[in-house]
Amino acid sequence: MRLKSWQEIPWGGLIVEAGNAVEYNTGDWRSFRPVRDKERCTNCLLCWVYCPDSSIIVKDDKVVDIDYMHCKGCGICAEECPVKCIEMKPEAEFRKEGR
Amino acid sequence: MDTLVTQKVKGLTGNDAGAEAMRQINPDVVAAYPITPQTELMHAFAAYVAGGKVNTEFVTVESEHSAMSATIGASVAGARAMTATSSQGLALMWEVVYIAASLRLPIVMVVVNRALSAPINIHCDHSDSMGCRDSGWIQLYAENAQEVYDNIIQAVRIAEHPEIRLPVMVCMDGFIISHSLENVKIIDDKAVKEFVGEYKPPWSLLDTSHPVTVGPLDLQDYYFEHKRQQAEAMLKVPSVVKQVGEEFGEKFGRSYSFFDTYKLDDAEVGVLALGSTAGTIRVVIDDLRKEGIKIGLLKLRMFRPFPVRELADAVKHLRVLGVMDRCISFGAQGGPVFMEVRSALCDLAEKPITRSYIYGLGGRDITKEELQSLGRELNKLTKEEAQKEIVKYFGVRGDD
Repeated sequence: MRLKSWQEIPWGGLIVEAGNAVEYNTGDWRSFRPVRDKERCTNCLLCWVYCPDSSIIVKDDKVVDIDYMHCKGCGICAEECPVKCIEMKPEAEFRKEGR
Repeated sequence: MDTLVTQKVKGLTGNDAGAEAMRQINPDVVAAYPITPQTELMHAFAAYVAGGKVNTEFVTVESEHSAMSATIGASVAGARAMTATSSQGLALMWEVVYIAASLRLPIVMVVVNRALSAPINIHCDHSDSMGCRDSGWIQLYAENAQEVYDNIIQAVRIAEHPEIRLPVMVCMDGFIISHSLENVKIIDDKAVKEFVGEYKPPWSLLDTSHPVTVGPLDLQDYYFEHKRQQAEAMLKVPSVVKQVGEEFGEKFGRSYSFFDTYKLDDAEVGVLALGSTAGTIRVVIDDLRKEGIKIGLLKLRMFRPFPVRELADAVKHLRVLGVMDRCISFGAQGGPVFMEVRSALCDLAEKPITRSYIYGLGGRDITKEELQSLGRELNKLTKEEAQKEIVKYFGVRGDD
């Protein structure tokens, strides 16, 4: 995303488009990444209920993905999963840069 | 003086004059907490609210931090919002004072200047408002009750100007102006109403059909750009202050700009001051001129933004310039006004000899006789002497 100049943005940090947080990558703060074992998942959707960042993506009553652009790695999904099919793995294992 | 609008002369204190201006402006919201010497201003305004003379929602809060917070909340909701404070009250407001400017809210706040603790002191100096000179607020200083009244009315127009949208502090000397009774020309209610106009906020938090987010997180990627915008807004202030001051003059017979001068054009020696001391200096200048000293005054009205070029132009012909600060900037070379003036003169090929005078702290009186001796001292001041003693504490026991 091209960053805008001071002449191009609303004054005082005002955000004029509602709901534009969806465009902001907050997932890069994450130090642990939730990884779901699809085989053991029962699709009870408790992770979807508990996720504070709406990062569990559900389609047709089934968990289909995790939104890593917005998941901050809090681990609530892994904690609440009744069959313990979500594992919190160090983010470093997935990132090559900076190591 | 011929004016287009009828004006009644009333005997008012600075605080009463401030409350009178606020009554005529009739702001949507005023949130305030009492503190000496501002108390009487809000006391008088609260009486207008209680008596139904204004439509203002008056919010009595539990602290100055809350006063400014509530004023910000009202402004964000699209209201014309005002408050007033002094000294420790302004100090307690500190973090939200910055937020008002950073969110670009056109709030007008009367600051009745008072010394800062410790030791505790209720009397006048400019430490409180000078302390927030980097907060992003516009600052206007008044010489007397008339200017308090006139400045408050103009401040509304300056703050709300669509190219600016910055808060304005209207400063008056505690007790010396706030509690002294003077003749003040009061403009007709209707004319003030027309002059300030109706406030039309460009956005409002209560406008649910155009939702906005105010004051969100702003990190390494955009914070700097927002600060740059504020710096730019400050650059646009002088032309608006001038335009509003001229329009005020055309309508009501009293014009305003960044500063006012008295016998400065042909002067060799200049004194620069703000607030009520400027009034005393006018009298002293007449006395000293009789002694043959070619002395003049520059009274600064707008300290923020600082009128760099205009001020340098106005004083560059002087041989000597004494700059009066009713405030200490601890550890700095001279008072806040002095530092700005020196910086403004820095690039001139030929510039006056300057000296910083720190005076009147904690309400210490400054008399005609003292100012006469200051004028005589400046008249004899050599470059060598000035360099040897750049800062003088004037009127304190223990120094000459």
